[in-house]
Formats: sequence, C-alpha cells, structure tokens
Amino acid sequence: MPTMRDRFDKVTSDLLAEDPRSALVLADISADRFVSAAQAHPHRVINVGIREQLAIGAAAGLALTGFRPIVHTYASFLVERPFEQVKLDFGHQGVGAVLVSVGASYDWAAGGRTHHAPGDVALLDTLPGWTVHVPGHPAEVEPLLRRAMAAPEPAYIRLSERSNTIPRGIASPRFEVVGVGSRGTVVAVGPMLDAVLAAVEGLDMTVVYAATVRPFDADTLAKTLRTPAVVLVEPYLAGTSAPYVSAALTHIPHRLLALGVPRDVELRRYGVPEQHDRAYGLDPHGVRQAVRTFIGA
Amino acid sequence: MTTTTVALPAGYGDLRELVGRLTGDEKHDRSAMSTLDVLWVLYDRVLHISPATADDPERDRFLLSKGHGPMAYYAVLAAKGFIPVDELSGFGEFDSPLGLHPDRTLVPGVEVGSGSLGHGLPIAVGVALGLRAQDRWRPRVVCLIGDAELDEGSNHEAIAFAGAASLDNLTVVVIDNASATHGWPGGISTRFSVEGWSTATVDGYDHDALEAAFTRVPGRPHAVVAQVEKKE
Repeated sequence: MPTMRDRFDKVTSDLLAEDPRSALVLADISADRFVSAAQAHPHRVINVGIREQLAIGAAAGLALTGFRPIVHTYASFLVERPFEQVKLDFGHQGVGAVLVSVGASYDWAAGGRTHHAPGDVALLDTLPGWTVHVPGHPAEVEPLLRRAMAAPEPAYIRLSERSNTIPRGIASPRFEVVGVGSRGTVVAVGPMLDAVLAAVEGLDMTVVYAATVRPFDADTLAKTLRTPAVVLVEPYLAGTSAPYVSAALTHIPHRLLALGVPRDVELRRYGVPEQHDRAYGLDPHGVRQAVRTFIGA
Repeated sequence: MTTTTVALPAGYGDLRELVGRLTGDEKHDRSAMSTLDVLWVLYDRVLHISPATADDPERDRFLLSKGHGPMAYYAVLAAKGFIPVDELSGFGEFDSPLGLHPDRTLVPGVEVGSGSLGHGLPIAVGVALGLRAQDRWRPRVVCLIGDAELDEGSNHEAIAFAGAASLDNLTVVVIDNASATHGWPGGISTRFSVEGWSTATVDGYDHDALEAAFTRVPGRPHAVVAQVEKKE
C-alpha cells in the first residue's frame, strides 16, 4: 500500500501540473521523489539544499508574488529549526503556504531525538490563523492537501508512517463520530484512531476522529458529549489540544485526560515506533488502562 | 517639532525635514541616517515603483530587511507619495501605521515587514524566484541589509543559493557602517563574490556612484556594498 508520503508525492506532482499557482520548495529531503516534477516545472520545483531558514523565507517570497507554495521536509527541520521564519515570514506578512512534514513524533524511532518532533503542533499553536491537518491514512492525504491548497490560510499537514486501517474524515473538515457511548468521549487524532478503537472496546465510550485539528471542531465535541469526561489521544505532545477542549466546554463542568507524548521526559531510546508507543502508554493496552482509570471502569 | 510645509513631490533636500517629523528632532548626524542616500537614489533613480503602481505585478520590489531605524525609509516613502506626510508625526504611536519596524500590511509601498534581522534576503530570493517562474523578466528585486545583519546565518543560506541559481533579477545593497561585532575579514563583497555574485563597492553618499553601481549584471545576482560613516 502506498504510504502517506507516496500519496503526497503523487498529489503534489498532480497539483504542480494542474495549478499554475502551486510551487514546491524542498530542502534536499524527498528531492529524489520529485525529479520528474522538477524537470516538468523547473521554476516551480525549487530545492534550496540543506537550508531550512531559506526554504521558509523563499516560500514566503513566492507567496508574495502570488504563488501557493508547498514546503516539505522533516517535521523537526520544517517547524522547529526555522520557527521564527514560520512565525514572521507567513502570517506576519499576510501570506500563506502549505507546510507538509514527514517524520511525525518518532516515525524514525532509531533516528533519536534529532529526528523526533512531538512539539510541532504545539509550536504552531502559538501562532494565529494556522490550519493543521493530521491525516490518519494515506487516502486522506489527497483531500486534505487539496483543501489546504485551495484555502488562503497558512496550513500544516503532518504526515506519518503510522496509519489506521480505514480512511475517514475525507468529506468534511469536521470531526467524524466513529462510535457512540455513554461514559465519555475520546478524541482520537490522526493515526491514533486504531489504537483508540482497540483500547476502548467494551468501555461504552463515544469516539470522534480528528484529522483536521485546527480549527478544532468544538461544535461536534460539544454536541456529541453525553458525559462530560473527555479523553484526548494525540500523536504529539500530550495536552496540545487541551486548551481547545477547555474552550469548547466552558459552559459545563468537565474532566479531561490528555494522552500523548509526555512533556516531562526525553526518552533516550531508539528501536521502533511501537516500542516508543509502549513507553509512552500510547499503545492500545496503555490507552485502555488510562481510560479505565479515568472513567472508573 | 518642525512646522514647515513640504510640497510634493518632495526632493532630496526635503528629507531632513521629513525625518524631523518622525523623530521630533531637526539635527541628525550622518551615522544615524546611514540608509538615507541609498534609499533616495533607489526610489528617485533606480526602482520602477510609484504609488500608482504599488500593486502592479511588473513593478520593481524593494525589501528593507534592516527594519530597525526606519525613519529614512518612511521619509523617502512620504517624499514619493506612498504615505501622507502628515502621518509621519505619529511615528511609533499606538494608532499610527508607522512602527519602529515596518509592517507591510499597514504601510502602502512596504513590500516586507521587517525588524528581526536576516529575514529580508531569504524572502527576496523567493520573490525573485516567483517573478522568474511567472516569466516576469523586467522587474528587479532589491533588498537592503546591514553589515552587522550579515551575522545572521540565514543571509548566507540565501547568498549561496542565489548565486547557484543565477538569480540575476536580485540585487542586495549592504549598508556598511562597520558595525558587525567581529567584522568581515576579506571584505563584505568577498562573501558574495565567492558565491558567484557580481559586486560593486561605493561611497554610500555619492548619488551618481550609487546609481551606476545599481546597474543590473546579466546572469548573476548583484551586491552593492555602500560604505557609510562608521557607527559610533
């Protein structure tokens, strides 16, 4: 099955052919995947080399001349390393772009801390106006990327090697209600859905699936809430969306359990992503234990 | 505060008074006005831009990367009619569009908001790339930076790439008032020439020399080092 990255390559190449406003800025990562596109569109596929500050700045310049650029590299080098460029060169200039990352929190677990980016979405949350998409299946990449390209706002698409078995959330940017229960609501973000569904089996929980997390679909969360106990399961820093849950439920007393990559420890381990899941309690067993304790089941 | 009326279009001789409206001070030594002559030559003799063509895709683009101390910039924009002269006296106030660092969304004619050093040149590279991708070969992109601003590594990412990409619609002017803490051994122009740029080093107060130095060079990006009085 093609990966999210494979789908991104294909759809981006299609967009470059279809939309003269599109451009792609690379910093060496994935350049080998866009050789044909670069030959077809030599002035709109731009590899600046290993220069991420320039990648962001140059994309902003392209946007200032009317393009809708896509900038693509590892999450750590796309959001974290050039963060001040992300802050000042897009929103502050009144222009947008679509940032598409690979690597996620620890897709390349063996790569270690330098290639892990659990803080990317939390960082973007410090900036106004960003749309954030976290696809959970390769088939979700095309509609999310096309939606991001058609919008004027700056957008971030967080690709991962991790995937659910079934694509969802394609028709709408709203949260999708996957299951209805009476003891609380689990918000499963992107690739966390399969682990969540396995974890809450028989626990009588509502499960909603979030592939577009910013804007946060407060309306669906509030309308489907039968018991004011909310569990966030996010593939990045734990509690990244907690302020949004709080804002959505200001009108009622509620409890919140926020699961994700812990903030209080740097796990100096390599191995494979599944081992990191277990270490962080993000595997089905860990999520189930945490949810059971939270709802008293 | 001055009360003299400036008639538009204003000339070079009016700039000191316009700057005075921004600062409330009629005396300005040369080192505090290091960019004034370069900006005037650009807007008066070099750039194809005017208030009437401020949104024209075929216009030249000027990006002030060294956004701190923008009084000379605002004065030139006012002299050329981009912003009302009356707005200058509100400089830095809560309800004024003229901040201590320019904001492109607030000030007509400002192509890029700046203030944090090292952002303008990478953005200018993108603008030059964008114009090239649109087959707009006439407009040029001019970015003004300072010699101390060159300390920021992002500039060197841009200088290396622009040379490799032969971005000959891009010109950088470096205001050299020798303010970089550790200096530039071998000269500022060398930083550009080793990456394939053409360079010219001129007196930053000599209008004719500046105008000549801004002549485009086919096939290569171009850097003008404008030497001004050393920062005290």
